[in-house]
Amino acid sequence: MVHVSATPVLALRGVSKRFGAVQALTDVELEVHAGEVVALVGDNGAGKSTLVKTIAGVHPIDEGVIEWEGNAVSINKPHDAQGLGVATVYQDLALCDNLDVVGNLFLGRELLHRGVIDEVTMEKQARDLLSTLSIRIPSVRIPIASLSGGQRQVVAIARSLIGDPKVVILDEPTAALGVEQTAQVLDLVERLRERNLGVILISHNMADVKAVADTVAVLRLGKNNGSFPVKSTSHEEIIAAITGATDNAVTRRAERRTTEAAK
Amino acid sequence: MSETSNKTVQGDESPKAEKTAVAEAAAATATVPAPAEDPTAAGVAVVDPRLLVREEGLKGYVTEFKRKVKGGELGSLPVVIGLIIIWTIFQAKNSLFLSADNLSNISYFLSATGMLAIGLVFVLLLGEIDLSVGSVSGLASTVFAVFVVNHGMNQWLALVLTIITGIGIGALHGWFFARIGVPAFVVTLAGFLGWNGLMLWLLGDSGTINIPADSGPVHILGQSSFFMDQAIIGAYLLAGLGVVLSALGQFNEQRRRRAAGVPFRPTSEIIVRVVLLAIASFVAAAVLNNAAGVSNALVIFLASLVIVDFVLRRTTFGRKVFAVGGGIEAARRAGISVPLVRITVFAISGGFAAIGGMFFAGQTASATLNAGGGNTLMLAIAAAVIGGTSLFGGRGSVWSALLGMLVIQSIQTGLDLLNMNTSIQYMITGGVLLGAVVIDSVSRKSQKAAGRG
Ligand SMILES: Nc1ncnc2c1ncn2[C@@H]1O[C@H](COP(=O)(O)OP(=O)(O)OP(=O)(O)O)[C@@H](O)[C@H]1O
Ligand SMILES: [Mg+2]
Repeated sequence: MVHVSATPVLALRGVSKRFGAVQALTDVELEVHAGEVVALVGDNGAGKSTLVKTIAGVHPIDEGVIEWEGNAVSINKPHDAQGLGVATVYQDLALCDNLDVVGNLFLGRELLHRGVIDEVTMEKQARDLLSTLSIRIPSVRIPIASLSGGQRQVVAIARSLIGDPKVVILDEPTAALGVEQTAQVLDLVERLRERNLGVILISHNMADVKAVADTVAVLRLGKNNGSFPVKSTSHEEIIAAITGATDNAVTRRAERRTTEAAK
Repeated sequence: MSETSNKTVQGDESPKAEKTAVAEAAAATATVPAPAEDPTAAGVAVVDPRLLVREEGLKGYVTEFKRKVKGGELGSLPVVIGLIIIWTIFQAKNSLFLSADNLSNISYFLSATGMLAIGLVFVLLLGEIDLSVGSVSGLASTVFAVFVVNHGMNQWLALVLTIITGIGIGALHGWFFARIGVPAFVVTLAGFLGWNGLMLWLLGDSGTINIPADSGPVHILGQSSFFMDQAIIGAYLLAGLGVVLSALGQFNEQRRRRAAGVPFRPTSEIIVRVVLLAIASFVAAAVLNNAAGVSNALVIFLASLVIVDFVLRRTTFGRKVFAVGGGIEAARRAGISVPLVRITVFAISGGFAAIGGMFFAGQTASATLNAGGGNTLMLAIAAAVIGGTSLFGGRGSVWSALLGMLVIQSIQTGLDLLNMNTSIQYMITGGVLLGAVVIDSVSRKSQKAAGRG
């Protein structure tokens, strides 16, 4: 683990969120320190994306407090979160289909040159950034609509690196990616940590989580279900926390395997 | 883009923080060799070998053109073809159609409805519609007449107040749409009826208010007011200005792009474009000079097009309009205030409708019951769509107001010349609008298929 500061850069205290009849989040606590990668795991529908969206200002919280560098802040719209320095890659990517790659990368924070959008500098930075993510995109000037799912995902990830974020949230960033791009994204997460940013990484892939995360926070049915240091926690313990029981589908399957193998 | 200094793009005054962040990310991630100085080498780093790159020379243009047409990227092709067909038919029916005087008429009368079409382009870019522009333009001409004639107000002050009225009306529509959530279609349909009613009420029994037109805005917008008082040089000056600015802009862009090492337009292509523009604008100038000169109304319309085009393509506001048109949720998450963009766009539409209303007042030097009524709204919508702005939002350009109006006004003037009565005119305009929408929908479909929708 790299250096971890005392005050978390981002902390959620007793956050709750309701959608009509669904209590998506109940009293959730979460802390992210500068230079720390927190993996947020949980089953489908556990509320991970909802948690991300409350931090990003897409869905304002109903109850609880969000603290930024120790001070309570109110995040009611995406603009508030961006102002604080939260950059988010959403699971549903949210890119503008009609704009080209450059336009999407810089959307909402276009570079200006004498008050006019500076397409040339933006295009140059976009090319440099994308080449570091080793993704092949036919051209940075084609509309997003003509990219593949994985290419869009990389554009969305690259988008979060523009600006000067303090916390980067990645909601299942590698779900649609190839082997090479997945490795690149994991490298990227490590580099973000080296730059002393806080990272929240959501993933269903335990291997990825074990590879890069410092802490694993488990969410189950919209509630905290434990937070573990990755180094000293076994795979099984995390799975047990995710499913809510030591006797679960995963362990049963593993047992079946071993007994079958023994035969 | 008017800068003349030779500094490289990296030295520009872009916000420091953003630049360093990207630079750091780029430096920290340098697994790929950094792009070299040579622009072509830089291109190789990110360009996909499967991308179809245009071949060199003329053949390259032809193949790329064919591919684009197949992919539904029709651009202004259907309009140009349509215009040629329309002009051929009318010329065959009446040899006066392509005379300098008639073409000059077309150029004058297209600017009024063209102004409405400019405002509509903004609304269409959001994927919405404003059905009230015709009524608002009629109301504007009446409001202006009431200020000037009934209250003896200075014409310029009245002009400003009239435009503000239009902006206010548009903002009100936008507020109902963006804040209350009433569909824009319904809000502006109510406006279509309501503002027309207000106009009739203001006009009262007389039905017409004559506006003194010896000076002031109504004079300038009249049919007998010309750029530089009909001086022959005036038209060529305008044409030359357009060509020079376009050439300067394109070469400047090329230079900056070359310096930054990103792909740029080859000099040969720029020259071809500039020459084509020069031919078109100087021929137009010569034709208009053959008649009486360039009407001031047309000059104002063209200037508005240039300004609005700049706003849409080069400012953050324009980018926001496109973003909201292309994906509301994505725009919202990028920190764009969607309601604010919507209200502003409807306010702009109302403002241009009011300006268009002033043009109508200029045509007749009066405010009448008919101003902005009849098929005005249809023509304005048709113009924007025919010119290539999509009804589905997110795609289009303000130049479609000019292209579309050329088509629409040619039809109107041609039918007038042939003494066709209103019934036929309405049917033909309806057909043209339907045709434009069909082309828009079909090209959207094939764009989807070609992965560009
Ligand atoms: N906009 C919404 N409106 C109503 N209910 C919602 C909304 N968004 C999420 N929910 C509900 O909140 C709960 C949590 O959903 P969420 O998307 O956060 O799950 P998740 O942990 O991200 O799951 P996954 O791993 O499948 O992405 C679900 O029951 C879902 O139905
Ligand atoms: Mg999710």
